[in-house]
Amino acid sequence: MELSLATRTVGEFAVVVVGGEVDVYTAPQLRENLFELIDAGVEHVVVDLGRVDFLDSTGLGVLVGVLKRLRTAGGSFALVCDREPLLKIFRITALDQVFPLYPTVDAATGV
Amino acid sequence: MAVVRLSFSPAPVHVRTARLVGVAVARRAGVRQGLLDEVRLAIGEACTRAVALHQQHNLSDPVRVEMSDDGTYAVRVVDRAPIEAGADLAALPPYELAREQLSEDVLTTGVGFALLAGFVDDLLVRPADGGIGTEVQMVWPLEH
Repeated sequence: MELSLATRTVGEFAVVVVGGEVDVYTAPQLRENLFELIDAGVEHVVVDLGRVDFLDSTGLGVLVGVLKRLRTAGGSFALVCDREPLLKIFRITALDQVFPLYPTVDAATGV
Repeated sequence: MAVVRLSFSPAPVHVRTARLVGVAVARRAGVRQGLLDEVRLAIGEACTRAVALHQQHNLSDPVRVEMSDDGTYAVRVVDRAPIEAGADLAALPPYELAREQLSEDVLTTGVGFALLAGFVDDLLVRPADGGIGTEVQMVWPLEH
C-alpha cells in the first residue's frame, strides 16, 4: 500500500494522519510533508500512526529528524500509536524513550 | 528444499518487492503466521541497508536475496559494498538516539540494526562469498 497523508488542525496542533507503508521508498515523502509544515510556521505536530501497516528504520529516522527540528524551534512533537506491533518496534529500538507516545489524538492534544 | 533467489537494482522502490516475496515464500514454507510481520520487517531492514550501502559506494551491482526452506526458513541478503563486513551494524544506546549531532543516516542504520537484532533470534552477519560485501543471514523456525 502506498503512503497516505492527511493533515487537520486540532487547537494549536497540526495532526498528520499517516497511512500505508512508511519505508525507504516512501519516507522522503513523509519528511517533505512534515518539514513543509514546520517551514510554514507550525510549532506543534502530532503524527497519528493509526493507519500505518508498515514502519521501518527509515520512517523512524524521519520522525526523529522532525522531533529534533521542532525541539530546536521550541515546538513539540508527539506520536499517536496504540497497536502492539508498532509499539514493539518503538520498544525494541528504545525510541519509546525518545518520543512522547499517546494512544489517541485526544490524549496527544490534551483535548 | 525449496530455494527462491531474487536480485534487484539497488533502488528503494524494489525493497518492497523483496519484502513481499520474502513473506510469500515464508508463508508457503510454513513460518508461523504470527512471525510474518517480523519476517517482513527484518527482510526490509536488511535490504534497505544493502541498497543504502550500494548507493553510498556508487555500486550498480544488484542486491541479492536468497530464500530457502530446509528445516528452517533462511533468508540471506548480500551486498557488495567494500567495507568490513557488518562494520556499520551497531545498535545505538537510547541516549544517542535523540542527540542533535547524530545524522539521520547513522540513526537509521543503528535503528535498523536494533530491529534486525530484536526481531531475528538467529542472525548472522559475515563477509560475503568472494570477500567483498556483507551477507546478512536470518533464520526462522518452521511450524512443521
